[in-house]
Amino acid sequence: MPTATAPATVPTVPPATGRLSPAGVLRSEWTKLRSVRSTVWSLLALAVITVGMGALICAATVSRWSSSGPLERLHFDPTGRSLRGIFLAQLAIGVLGILAVTSEYGTGMIRATLAAVPNRPLVLAAKAAVFGAVALVVSEVVTFAAFLVGQSLLTSPVPHATLGQPGVLRAVAGGGLYLAVLGLLALGLGSIIRHTAGAISTFVAILLILPLLLQAFPASVQTALSKFLPLTIAGSMISVQQTADTFSPWAGFGLLCAYTAAILAVAGVLFVRRDA
Amino acid sequence: MIQAEALTKRYGDTLAVDDLSFEVRPGRVTGFLGPNGSGKSTTMRMIMGLDHPTAGRTMVNGRRYGDLGYPLREVGALLEAKAVHPGRSAYNHLWCLAQTNGIPRTRVDAVLQLVGLEDVARKRAGTFSLGMGQRLGMAAALLGDPGVLLFDEPVNGLDPEGIRWVRNLLRGLAAEGRTVFVSSHLMSEMALTADHLVVIGRGRLIADMPMAEFVAQSSRQFVRVRAPASTDLAGLLQRAGATVVPEADGALAVSGMAAPAIGEAAAAAGLVLHELSPQSASLEEAFMELTADSVEYRGDVPAGAVPDPTR
Repeated sequence: MPTATAPATVPTVPPATGRLSPAGVLRSEWTKLRSVRSTVWSLLALAVITVGMGALICAATVSRWSSSGPLERLHFDPTGRSLRGIFLAQLAIGVLGILAVTSEYGTGMIRATLAAVPNRPLVLAAKAAVFGAVALVVSEVVTFAAFLVGQSLLTSPVPHATLGQPGVLRAVAGGGLYLAVLGLLALGLGSIIRHTAGAISTFVAILLILPLLLQAFPASVQTALSKFLPLTIAGSMISVQQTADTFSPWAGFGLLCAYTAAILAVAGVLFVRRDA
Repeated sequence: MIQAEALTKRYGDTLAVDDLSFEVRPGRVTGFLGPNGSGKSTTMRMIMGLDHPTAGRTMVNGRRYGDLGYPLREVGALLEAKAVHPGRSAYNHLWCLAQTNGIPRTRVDAVLQLVGLEDVARKRAGTFSLGMGQRLGMAAALLGDPGVLLFDEPVNGLDPEGIRWVRNLLRGLAAEGRTVFVSSHLMSEMALTADHLVVIGRGRLIADMPMAEFVAQSSRQFVRVRAPASTDLAGLLQRAGATVVPEADGALAVSGMAAPAIGEAAAAAGLVLHELSPQSASLEEAFMELTADSVEYRGDVPAGAVPDPTR
């Protein structure tokens, strides 16, 4: 049992000169992210899903290649095929981005955070920067791994891709970029909604329910609107062969970045205005 | 030093805090009393820059919270128990707060030791009991060695030993010249800890005065007297102008006459006294009396709607 009078005798804090620095807030957010197990588990899930699903799909492609038609063989994109795991992995990175914010609200930690750093735009920016950097590095490593594993499984007579072929490096790197930016979009949603379940539901709705809703519209409307969906943008970004009716990979990526910037801007304004 | 100036917070139609002004001075424990829902926590959150006032402002050390250079080195707060990610260790919880304000690792170790959590510092906070969570909150408040401290219900969930520890800690911090502002709904605990009181009811200031004065203000003051010849003594005191009410166990509750006067009157009459003890109303009674008055005064509260401060 500790005794009560100690504060004067314990090591004290150096005199306070100057102000909070962005570097300290960034380091703090890095400590937060790496000190909870859910981060490790989400990133592990991201890796297993992306690489594992890519491998599975490539193996399945080989086994049923003999029964595939000439048109299918003509349009076969080995790069895009090995990166299909991204469509599932995007949920893992989204959940991680959402939790980076909502776990603070769920536990009340946000009030300790904001008492330590009253500059709220700095808090949100540091969170987004640290999460974005981690998401980008992990996503790139994971997509490259998925590509390499997938291509090694695509054995003759099935064609496989190499990074030196035109458009391949762009597609593989693009997969990682897509995941990282989508994670930031999810972080912004988490900051706006503040509740884990609500934010995840919204995120899933945007990714998966929106395309289903679109199917209720006439084909011409579907064609016109579908290219604005994140899922369509993902498809274009990870493919070497491009289809009509989609934005080019970089235009699509630009649009995704614009969505994310808009959501983070709204999140920032609400973060400053609302009570914590 | 904490100042609230015409502080007002409105949620929709509800005025949670209504034109509240007070000062919390260094070197003493200032108790913040009020029934549940009276606006104590809201006021504390506004002082910490977490909630935005609808009108008015709060200042800490003469500055707005957001203008403090390193907030944690000037102000520490325990606002809610277990406001910690359950998956993060106590050490990492404190370390991520310390990093923002340039506080060294040695200080993290020091506050963990101070609150007695050094042995479980690497354990996940989710495994902590409420009392351990409360200690971790205390450690976070003390992290920057701040001169101003706010505690919202700090003894919640603590065992008697923990309660005594908090009481001594708060008194020790005030004795070092720090500003200590502590809310509680436990009147008996506040009576032992606080030197000064800020009392609010329904968001408005009811009292801002020394503890002793607050209790003395209560009308329930009397002297308990025991004497073998209690009937003679009762007659004597009544003739001297006092009001005497016999108590169940034979003691006399005397009001309207101070203890020295009673003793002198008894001595002059040659009566032996076995007890002569001034009694003041408990803080709780004084508090109930005052908040009940304030609610009656407003007149817009239906009878029975007075919040129970003991809950």
